[in-house]
Amino acid sequence: MKTLDRVVVRFAGDSGDGMQLAGDRFTTSSAIFGNDLVTLPDFPAEIRAPAGTVAGVSAFQIHISDHDIFTPGDHPNVLVAMNPAALKAHVGDLEPGAAILLNSDAFDERSLQKAGYAADPRADGSLSGFKVYEVPMTTLTLEAVKPSGTKARDAERSKNFFALGLVSWMYSRPTEPTFEWLAKRFASNEMVREANTLAFKAGWNFGETAEIFESAYEVKPAHLKPGTYTNISGNTALAWGIVAAGQLAKLPVFLGSYPITPASDVLHELSKHKNFGVRTFQAEDEIAGVNAALGAAYGGALGVTTTSGPGLDLKAEAIGLAISLELPLVVIDIQRGGPSTGLPTKTEQADLLHALYGRHGEAPLPVVAPSTPGDCFYTAIEAARLALKYRTPVIVLSDGYLANGAEPWPIPDVATLPDLSREFGMATEPNKILADGSEVFWPYLRDPETLARPWAVPGTPGLMHRIGGLEKSDGPGSVSYDPVNHDLMVRLRAQKVAGIASDIPLVEVDDPFGKAELLVLGWGSTYGAISAAVRAVRAAGAEVAHVHLRHMNPFPSNLGEVVRSYKRVLVPEVNLGQLRKLVRSEFLVDAQGLNKVGGLPLRRTDVELAIASQLEMLRTEGR
Amino acid sequence: MTDLIAPATTRKDWASDQEVRWCPGCGDYSILTAVQLLMPELGAKREETVFVSGIGCSSRFPYYMNTYGVHSIHGRAPALATGLAVARPDLHVWVITGDGDALSIGGNHLLHALRRNVNLTIILFNNQIYGLTKGQYSPTSEAGKVTKSTPFGSLDHPFNPVSLALGAEATFVARTHDMDRKHMMETFRRAYQHKGAAFVEVYQNCNVFNDGAFDAITSKDNRPSMLVPLEHGKPVRFGPDGEKGVVLDAHGSAVIVDVSEVGEDALLVHDEAREDPALAFSLSRLASGPYSPTPIGVFRAVERPDYGSLVEDQLADAAARKGPGDLAALLRSGTTWTVA
Repeated sequence: MKTLDRVVVRFAGDSGDGMQLAGDRFTTSSAIFGNDLVTLPDFPAEIRAPAGTVAGVSAFQIHISDHDIFTPGDHPNVLVAMNPAALKAHVGDLEPGAAILLNSDAFDERSLQKAGYAADPRADGSLSGFKVYEVPMTTLTLEAVKPSGTKARDAERSKNFFALGLVSWMYSRPTEPTFEWLAKRFASNEMVREANTLAFKAGWNFGETAEIFESAYEVKPAHLKPGTYTNISGNTALAWGIVAAGQLAKLPVFLGSYPITPASDVLHELSKHKNFGVRTFQAEDEIAGVNAALGAAYGGALGVTTTSGPGLDLKAEAIGLAISLELPLVVIDIQRGGPSTGLPTKTEQADLLHALYGRHGEAPLPVVAPSTPGDCFYTAIEAARLALKYRTPVIVLSDGYLANGAEPWPIPDVATLPDLSREFGMATEPNKILADGSEVFWPYLRDPETLARPWAVPGTPGLMHRIGGLEKSDGPGSVSYDPVNHDLMVRLRAQKVAGIASDIPLVEVDDPFGKAELLVLGWGSTYGAISAAVRAVRAAGAEVAHVHLRHMNPFPSNLGEVVRSYKRVLVPEVNLGQLRKLVRSEFLVDAQGLNKVGGLPLRRTDVELAIASQLEMLRTEGR
Repeated sequence: MTDLIAPATTRKDWASDQEVRWCPGCGDYSILTAVQLLMPELGAKREETVFVSGIGCSSRFPYYMNTYGVHSIHGRAPALATGLAVARPDLHVWVITGDGDALSIGGNHLLHALRRNVNLTIILFNNQIYGLTKGQYSPTSEAGKVTKSTPFGSLDHPFNPVSLALGAEATFVARTHDMDRKHMMETFRRAYQHKGAAFVEVYQNCNVFNDGAFDAITSKDNRPSMLVPLEHGKPVRFGPDGEKGVVLDAHGSAVIVDVSEVGEDALLVHDEAREDPALAFSLSRLASGPYSPTPIGVFRAVERPDYGSLVEDQLADAAARKGPGDLAALLRSGTTWTVA
């Protein structure tokens, strides 16, 4: 058996071939085995695009290693292609010399034609740079599952487990987790369980006995920090973070949401947790979702709405109302390719300026962005903290890559999580004595430190008040059209949000020797690609600094000082330069961009090349 | 605390300190008065009462009530109120809206609040015009209406709000008008007492942009012959001497007849509690607008579990089955492994 330090496997097939499931199972067994891993599901927006076409190909990539890694890998070492379309769609991404496991049963003339192949790629020499293994997966699966009594049509559906079994053998994955999962998942359907189990074993045994593979490989467990881990996707982490925030704030959670890719899984997950007092409301539309969440917040709940770009457009007016009402609200935007319907299942970071500025009037709000799937949990809690403490809507910018990608996540000790209930209080009594000695409640009399207004929830005697989207007078909160008052209120709302800078951590600069002249500044889901690239560049002997932002508005108070202290600043983003624009306008720094908007996360090598080019310019400038 | 009886309130207790800024002579004043007079009679508590509105003249209403109130954004009051009512089933939530707010920009939210049967008392001020934007036609304006935005007459076929609510299977649907305080108060009282979504259309005169829109039916002289009072369990009958009545024809349509011709026994007996909304719908079609005899009163009042209660039941059921939420257990609910 040969030992590898890391391997990147991509499962690809038709949308109905169960590739996501195969990938998930491979992920779980690798996690339990102890590898570090990062995953990248990649599927079409159509539930069932025409079978056998390139448009209908669904893929799942996983990077496993014996050391800590940051990305799902740039170029797969192994491609499992269940049909010609899957081969066609993915062969271009493979590392030279990569292994390709083909389901040779699927390479008939018709399938080749559907995939758009004029000639059989197996015969025309186009695969000569790869190790191609032709395996009649369909035939072998049908044969293997016969004892289960499954009908031929259903039996064929187990071929993803055959492929999983074969790849599991190739990389010496433990088999028990898969068998256990099958037993649990199909507890009430013995025939399907048996068929899938037989197919998996047949795939494994084929690897061991067919003598077409030189040997199996081993990727040893990684030296992860001690602790108990679970495999978590960004959307699950967000949902759990919201549940946690409700518990930590001692508030009931109300989610108002409308299904939208790739955010729906947050709604699905939260709707399971009613025993935490979580109310989930699938609204009639995006607008109703956010308004219902705001109504619940007015009533004293932790109001949350989840969406993606098109939904954020629709919610803009209600978010403006939340800014005016100064009520806590968490708005989670799982960014996807835009504009318009764009690329629903693909990732992008192009909603940053929308989140910051996408409302009429002067309407600032805090924006936070998680950097890894696991970080989504903590970012949700931080968003809730800011919302509750400053009585403001907060936008969380996750994206499709974080949403569906997964990584091993050290489960935190609940006792170490912040006690959000100490960050805010609800008004219980009048807060103002008038000249005539009467005690009244002024809904816009602010806390002098945070500038937050009191949160007086209905049901509290004596604090009845009326608020709305019309401009309010500073203090009493009555409708006011006074020019001086409006100018003051606009400034107060802006100051309140800007003041949050003193309540968030300073940016930490990763610059081991403090000698770098180039700073790579990133935000959100590019953390993995940038970290991996920075590590590679340093391993090659160069100096480079890395800052990764979580708070996008306001920025940490030392960010300007940090970016100005480097000769060059590189901002890699999956957009056309939105953070770069902010950095340039805020700090008058001539930041450079690395911008790719292909619906895919940045690759480590993309960032590495951009860093190399910046370092080269530094050298040239230095001469 | 159960022994405590809320101290009696008066109309004054329900009026806020804000100056009412509707145009002098606006029908909104009489609706406000009716509600302020009714609240003490209902024994309602100000701190447990919330008025939520959208945008439009009527939506200024919450500012004038000494209760909790939210003046939200155009059309969204039913959505915001849904979140509030579901999060806080202990409150009594009113929605104040208008024909443009509820039926045009916010039509979707109204329909869904009604079909879900959210525990809301929804009062729709219908003046058949856009007032706050100074006089464009609304979704209830009659076809051919000449306004600033339709100098050659509107081409839109109008909504009948009562038919619309019945079509959404609202469990409580009523109509009243701003010229009859007693009828308004009685209708609002019934709406208030209804568990679930209660929808009341109020014919309201906009004396600036659509003055007299309802005169044909609501003026003192015309009322007896033009308003058809609906009373549960009683024959549907109207006219100064009760000489007119309503029967269902062979197609199930409500038609107006002379009682002397058909005989009293042939008259339709109103049944607001009938599960099938078809009867109420037929009555709602009796008049296509306020120009011919028009039914007022409660069209439909049936019982169906309200949305908020169903949500509470699910929460209680989940807690009973799974026990109260345990965050540490949740975080370990997937496959876990330990690195030493």
